[in-house]
Amino acid sequence: MPWTQVCCCYDGSFPGFLSCVFESYVHKEEPVEFRTPEDLSCSLYPQRTIQTHPAHAQRVYRSLEGKLGREGRELFVRGFLTCLPEKELWLWRFLRMGYDRGPSFTRNLTDPTVDTVRRAVQHLNSEAHQYKGFTRFSELHGILVGEIEPKNRVLPLLRPHFRGRYPGENLVLHDRTHHEALFSRPREWAILPVEDFHPGPPGEEELQYRKLWRSFYDTIAIEGRYNPKCRMTHMPKRYWAMMTEFQKDWDTALPELPDASSPQKGPLV
Amino acid sequence: MELLDKLNILADAAKYDAACTSSGLDRSGRPGTVGSTMMAGCCHSFSADGRCISLLKVLFTNYCVYDCQYCVNRRSNDLPRAAFTPRELCELTMGFYRRNYIEGLFLSSAVIQNPDYTTEQMIETLRLLREEYRFGGYIHAKAIPGANPLLTYRLGLLADRLSVNIELPSAQSLSLLAPDKKKWAILAPMGQIRDGISVSKQERRLCRHAPRFAPAGQSTQMIVGATGESDRHILSLTQGLYDKYQLKRVFYSAYMPVSTSPLLPAPQGFQPPLLREHRLYQADWLLRFYHFRAEEILDEGQPDLDLRMDPKCCWALRHLEFFPVEVNRADYEALLRVPGIGVRSARRILTARRVGPLTFEGLKRLGVVLKRAQYFLTCSGRPLRGLHVTEDGLLRHLLALEAPATLSQEPVQLSLFDSAG
Ligand code: SF4
Repeated sequence: MPWTQVCCCYDGSFPGFLSCVFESYVHKEEPVEFRTPEDLSCSLYPQRTIQTHPAHAQRVYRSLEGKLGREGRELFVRGFLTCLPEKELWLWRFLRMGYDRGPSFTRNLTDPTVDTVRRAVQHLNSEAHQYKGFTRFSELHGILVGEIEPKNRVLPLLRPHFRGRYPGENLVLHDRTHHEALFSRPREWAILPVEDFHPGPPGEEELQYRKLWRSFYDTIAIEGRYNPKCRMTHMPKRYWAMMTEFQKDWDTALPELPDASSPQKGPLV
Repeated sequence: MELLDKLNILADAAKYDAACTSSGLDRSGRPGTVGSTMMAGCCHSFSADGRCISLLKVLFTNYCVYDCQYCVNRRSNDLPRAAFTPRELCELTMGFYRRNYIEGLFLSSAVIQNPDYTTEQMIETLRLLREEYRFGGYIHAKAIPGANPLLTYRLGLLADRLSVNIELPSAQSLSLLAPDKKKWAILAPMGQIRDGISVSKQERRLCRHAPRFAPAGQSTQMIVGATGESDRHILSLTQGLYDKYQLKRVFYSAYMPVSTSPLLPAPQGFQPPLLREHRLYQADWLLRFYHFRAEEILDEGQPDLDLRMDPKCCWALRHLEFFPVEVNRADYEALLRVPGIGVRSARRILTARRVGPLTFEGLKRLGVVLKRAQYFLTCSGRPLRGLHVTEDGLLRHLLALEAPATLSQEPVQLSLFDSAG
């Protein structure tokens, strides 16, 4: 007997999503839509509101490596961080394939589901790699503060990198797109939702370093090889807004953003 | 002099160096230090010329006692001179590194007083950076030919990568244009560095605490287009350098008209050979990742790379008997010989065909770009449907694909300046 098709409403978190998987298997229901509190559109399918249940989520999570294999698990977990439209649905199908066929299914690179998830994760990985280079920090009151505007949720991937790079520093990295930030200091870290992000003004030394960097950036290019197209290919314009070398106003706390809508308030950090 | 002015002078003096990669070594940060390195390297920005900026690339000083004709910093050139102090350079590196502007430092220098003195200044800078500032990021240092081997050795204990520039592709050109430099004086430190690296590797196998010597390997660079060597000559030199000196990379830099010396191309109207440089990098990739040998790419009958087409396509056209390659049976090596199939595509094909036979549709889904490859492949014995071309037609098709790059007067996209290494 085919499973009943339902629409799963959950809180948008990863444990929440795993809880949906759990409930679906228990009740033999096939989610064909997922809803989070952010999207309000209604569904034609019977709605199931799924409470996030840590123990259920744990059980699903522990099953992943056996059913999907190491690689499959990584694709599944990372897939949840991507900006793939209807990512839950793709990941649900991906998971079903693994449960049905075992870990070797990830090698089937021409299968539409495997391919879609792989591509989305590839996009996430390469965006994270680019941000390892293109992120800029400012030193504000002894804390390194940076801001990014990624398409995918790259903070969990950037965390080990920046913590390894700056073992002794206190740092804050704000993701403007997803309204969350990484807060990190030696031996502790957290990724938390952030409503307003208003770092304090930069000091003398910070301004001096920005000036030095900008000057270096301009000097190091060879005029006889001027090639803006090539620069754009490697470093698309969407990254520029947050990069010190393209910053016009030297006095802002962080590189000036194109649509800084909310008024500046007191320092956050 | 202000630090800003020094930085401008000494970055300007260093910008003609092609290498700016930070690859070849994974080292995670340790408590009490600042910095880590990544195997793949990391580009932190791209300058207006489209080149990757990974390292703070500066000279320690541009005061030079030598007079190499092709170099902006030659003694006889009238231009502003400056020198960092070791501490200034450390502060700058740390300040940039903490803000994530850079992956590390690329320290080179003109020859101030003599090679030994120059190297001592560089050692002092790097020692300070590693020991006092506890810097664990990437350091690429240039060894100065003619310096005492013991000093070069100490430099290699502090740096991750060492390089000695071969400068020009032949000894004759070198003696003509860089009378102060001798071929043996360049090759001697190269050999020393190679041996230092392999000894250090062996020792570290026996004892984890043995010192690391240039763990990210050695590279070099040469100027093309200043002198008359053929591409064939350059590629066999490159092959020799990879074989004999186990270099990680050879960089080519198109000569920029920085001198009015009668020994060099006249600067008026001189077009730096950017497309040729691009083709050389492509050929270099064939040597490093595609298991080609220099003598396969060019021979006496054809001493120079065809600027109209990439070297792999050229090879394929001269070896049509090798094709078509059958996607579902060919081994890795054969797949790599197909124009348009890169290392990544070849690997994906090997993985995917274990599940079932591949079709052209399937290849597309794998992300294999068929523009060039379609002419050279069959899937289960069949060529792409509707594809019939004569040998002549094939040449025209392939040329058309390259047309945007070769017809325009603008330099082609030099996408090979990545951090792979
Ligand atoms: S020794 Fe180096 S810096 Fe001095 S002139 Fe020759 S190439 Fe230039």
